Amino acid sequence: MTLTLNIFTIVAVSAGSFFFMAGTIGLLRFPDTMTRLHALTKVDNLGLGLIVFGLLPQAEGLLGALKLLCVWIFVQLSGAIVSQLVAQLARRDGEQR
Amino acid sequence: MTPPFILEIAFVILILAIAVGTLVARAAFTAVLLFMIYGLLIAIAWIRLSAVDVALTEAAIGGGLTGMLLLGAVARLRESEGSGEEPGLPTLLAAGTFCVLVSAALGTLVLSRPEVAPSLAPAVMDNLAQSALGNPVAAVLFVFRAFDTLLEKVVLLLALIGVWSLAPDRVWGGVPGLRLYAEPSSILVFLAQLLPPIGIMIGIYMFWTGASYPGGAFQGGTVLAAMWLLVMIARLQPVPAISLRCVRLLLVVGPVIFVAIGLLGFVFAGAFLAYPPDYAKPLIVIAEATLTLSIGVTLGLLVAGPPDRMQQP
Amino acid sequence: MNSIALFAYCGAAMVGLGLFGLITKPQVLRKILAFNVLGTGVFLLFGVIARRGAAAGLHSDPVPQALVITGIVVAFSATTMAVVLLLRLYAETGEATIDSDDPPSTGTDGGR
Repeated sequence: MTLTLNIFTIVAVSAGSFFFMAGTIGLLRFPDTMTRLHALTKVDNLGLGLIVFGLLPQAEGLLGALKLLCVWIFVQLSGAIVSQLVAQLARRDGEQR
Repeated sequence: MTPPFILEIAFVILILAIAVGTLVARAAFTAVLLFMIYGLLIAIAWIRLSAVDVALTEAAIGGGLTGMLLLGAVARLRESEGSGEEPGLPTLLAAGTFCVLVSAALGTLVLSRPEVAPSLAPAVMDNLAQSALGNPVAAVLFVFRAFDTLLEKVVLLLALIGVWSLAPDRVWGGVPGLRLYAEPSSILVFLAQLLPPIGIMIGIYMFWTGASYPGGAFQGGTVLAAMWLLVMIARLQPVPAISLRCVRLLLVVGPVIFVAIGLLGFVFAGAFLAYPPDYAKPLIVIAEATLTLSIGVTLGLLVAGPPDRMQQP
Repeated sequence: MNSIALFAYCGAAMVGLGLFGLITKPQVLRKILAFNVLGTGVFLLFGVIARRGAAAGLHSDPVPQALVITGIVVAFSATTMAVVLLLRLYAETGEATIDSDDPPSTGTDGGR
């Protein structure tokens, strides 16, 4: 049972790292702000979500698992809000040019 | 060369690369952003060194608050970018040699003999039961070296007075010039309405659980300060004038209660900041709670800066 | 070389980098950044000393950890004072650099 859980953790965390890498490559290679923001949402949503999902079996009890999920929810919240703010500024700067 | 060690080497190389990037970046904004990333990576390094309380403090204060402070400074100094003459090659070479020598000396000294390093951990663990706390670092901060913590809080207050004293005389007692978000868009207001209740709860939880698990008054107080700054930036609450009595009361309640508990130690336990054995835990919790509140207000006002306009009556 | 030695070298390198930036950069904001890098390097060296002092069931000596927590808070207060001094220097003289040759001239007689 522990072996299956450990394998699940390794697989999920590796998949999450893959999305982290994909989002970072998008950040470095995409041409402008809006597309880069779009790439970064993959990191917040899927990347961190898969890592948290994979770490759930390793958490200590229900409270530890809930704390991990709260971390994911807060990162998504702040990431979404900051993306909106950056996009607003980018659009305003683009119109002024 | 196990895989975890290879990952650690890669991690250290990343830290050093970001540190170099912070120092050589051409735009000040880029430098400050890299510095914030650097602060968060150092927090992970602290976890690798098994110091979780320090990691929390570094992530909150080193990465978060210092970054916010420096970003505000970059915004105000935008016109002066690129000025100043870089020193010539001889100065660079001399400074470089000096710094390499200092680094090499420090590296060898820290790792030198004795093989079994002297440690105060056994002394702390022996007396931990007496302090009625479960977290050894909290016990060191509030019981064994409580005087240091008291003086640290006083240093914070002195820094705040120093920051205030740099305001022009005519606006003394006025409102700090915290840079409010120019257009209060609904998104930021939404975040400032949603996050602070949760953030305050997390800050109080971090202080409360610091007695037995990693956490503590400074970490919780920093989260409280961050939530207050978010509310002020989104214009949901006005930035308070520094002459308001409740502001000054909140600033001093922490140190005053801590000193009062210390003086009570003369009466009940025979020494300054000694706790009577049965009442140790409640006294420590009271001291930490008021200290958390004061630290939150002090850190928020430190980032808000000196006053630059009088309050509109 | 084990993990502890690796972080010791990392901390020493950060001290060297921070010191170099502090000495060579003319802009005061860069000096403040370099000072913070220097401070973090020193704290990391403290952390290595704490980690080497692992004993009595703890993985890390708690006394240097408490000293570092105090140090981080004090370094932050010093940084705020430095930033406010820098902004005041900029408001008074219009320059945000420190050149080693001529002192900055104040626009007014230092009054308000």
